[in-house]
Amino acid sequence: MENSLLNFPHLAIYAMDNSALPQNSLVSVKNLSFSRGNNKIFDDISLEFERSKITAIMGPSGTGKTTLLKLIGGQLFPELGTISVDGNNVHRLSRTDLYNLRKRMGMLFQSGALLTDMNVFDNVAFPLREHTHLPESMIRTLVLMKLQAVGLRGARKLMPNELSGGMARRIALARAIALDPMMIMYDEPFTGQDPISKGALVHLIKSLNTILGLTSIIVSHDVQETAAIADYIYVLSEGKVVGQGTPKEIEQSESDWVQQFMTGAADGPAHFHYPAKDYVDDLLSTGKRY
Amino acid sequence: MIEFLQHLGKSTHTSFTKLGRATYFLLQTVTGILSVLPRPGLLLKQMYSVGVLSFLIITISGLFVGMVLGLQGYYILSDFGAEETLGVMVAASLVRELGPVVSALLFAGRAGSALTAEIGLMKATEQLSGMEMMAVDPIKRIISPRFLAGFLSMPLLAGLFSAVGIIGGQIVGSGLLGVDEGAYWSQMQAKLDFQDDIINGVIKSIVFGFVASWIALFEGYDAIPTSEGVSRATTRTVVNSAFSILGLDFILTALMFGDD
Repeated sequence: MENSLLNFPHLAIYAMDNSALPQNSLVSVKNLSFSRGNNKIFDDISLEFERSKITAIMGPSGTGKTTLLKLIGGQLFPELGTISVDGNNVHRLSRTDLYNLRKRMGMLFQSGALLTDMNVFDNVAFPLREHTHLPESMIRTLVLMKLQAVGLRGARKLMPNELSGGMARRIALARAIALDPMMIMYDEPFTGQDPISKGALVHLIKSLNTILGLTSIIVSHDVQETAAIADYIYVLSEGKVVGQGTPKEIEQSESDWVQQFMTGAADGPAHFHYPAKDYVDDLLSTGKRY
Repeated sequence: MIEFLQHLGKSTHTSFTKLGRATYFLLQTVTGILSVLPRPGLLLKQMYSVGVLSFLIITISGLFVGMVLGLQGYYILSDFGAEETLGVMVAASLVRELGPVVSALLFAGRAGSALTAEIGLMKATEQLSGMEMMAVDPIKRIISPRFLAGFLSMPLLAGLFSAVGIIGGQIVGSGLLGVDEGAYWSQMQAKLDFQDDIINGVIKSIVFGFVASWIALFEGYDAIPTSEGVSRATTRTVVNSAFSILGLDFILTALMFGDD
């Protein structure tokens, strides 16, 4: 940082941010508030994501888990609060600096987000071709190494529409690690997967974390799979952090919110019914279309 | 009344907001062209997709429009004994008006709608978002090459349309209705002006290509990322492009040929 500050004195502010971070924190979310229209998604929440650890964000659907990843990636702007990644205040970076930071951040989208006009090989090679000037022979080697890591070297010629959901996510994972990032954000990696694919993804996420030392942020509502590999878990609901701790601590939490989520109870602090007027009154209201 | 005014205010606000987004999008797209130039492969791929794949519809439409012009022109001109000027009539109609306008309308329907659907679906399937997270600017990588390809293809397609149309007129006029072939071509050569007719037609097609590509790409980029949203965006591309092309055609014609 010191060297870069000599060349870029305007980055001094980020160095100051860095000093305020807990030493082992790669991503730091402080007093974050964010709304969509009148809907408050986050209300003054603070989270820390430690280096080389797997941190999970859990919570019911619609609690803004994916939104949080987009905020960390700088695709959305918070109303209040700051998000720092590796000492950089994401939302104060210039476009160039933000893109440079993103080169060190991988993201696995729920849909995989593979480019549909390219085959598997070209999809994984895409970030390498865009950001490096490596010769094609070296790109080939790197792509095959990444595909080997996710067990799909043999699928290199397939098009995205020929892949199963689990394969598409593994290819997307290979693409996400193509530039050897410092962290990966996983957006609902287990949703819609069969048990074998889930098992493969759990194994991959854990291996990448252990072998490459990647910092991993998993957004998920799959309790068992996530709790099995996470080092630390945050449970979000209604814009607040309602529980946090190691998987064991979360399991033993006395919070009603946490217990409802972990046990999958249909009703509790998070209501089964969407807010509506009295049921009987509603049924007896005539002359209205809705 | 209050409700009407509220509705009017909201619609106006929405329209101007969208116009602002579209203008900002255009600025980013045009700026992004600079990063396309060192990568001609990207441009050529899109020129194939936007231009070459429109070749068939443009050629066939041009041929039939030219044949109809030959037929209609012959019946009108022969009443005045002026059927030998058929070549001028066909060529002037095509080069000045029908070539740029009809090819632009066909371009909007064929390539424009495809561009909107493609970009809209890329948005719906998070491909654009994924690119952003890979530190690749989707405007520079996806939008600008398509914009430049549309912009460059349009005058070529309009030229092709006019050329094939003139041949269609000649097939009907000379081949079927007995107009002297030499007169068909020589009258055309003598009367058509390079600056007034051909260059003005090319300018029109460049303007139409610019506008049709802009509308198609913006509607895709701005689409609501659902199947219905993409469907509506595709419809808006065809409708808005048609209105813009026809409206601009009137303005350009008035500016170019107003003093004649």
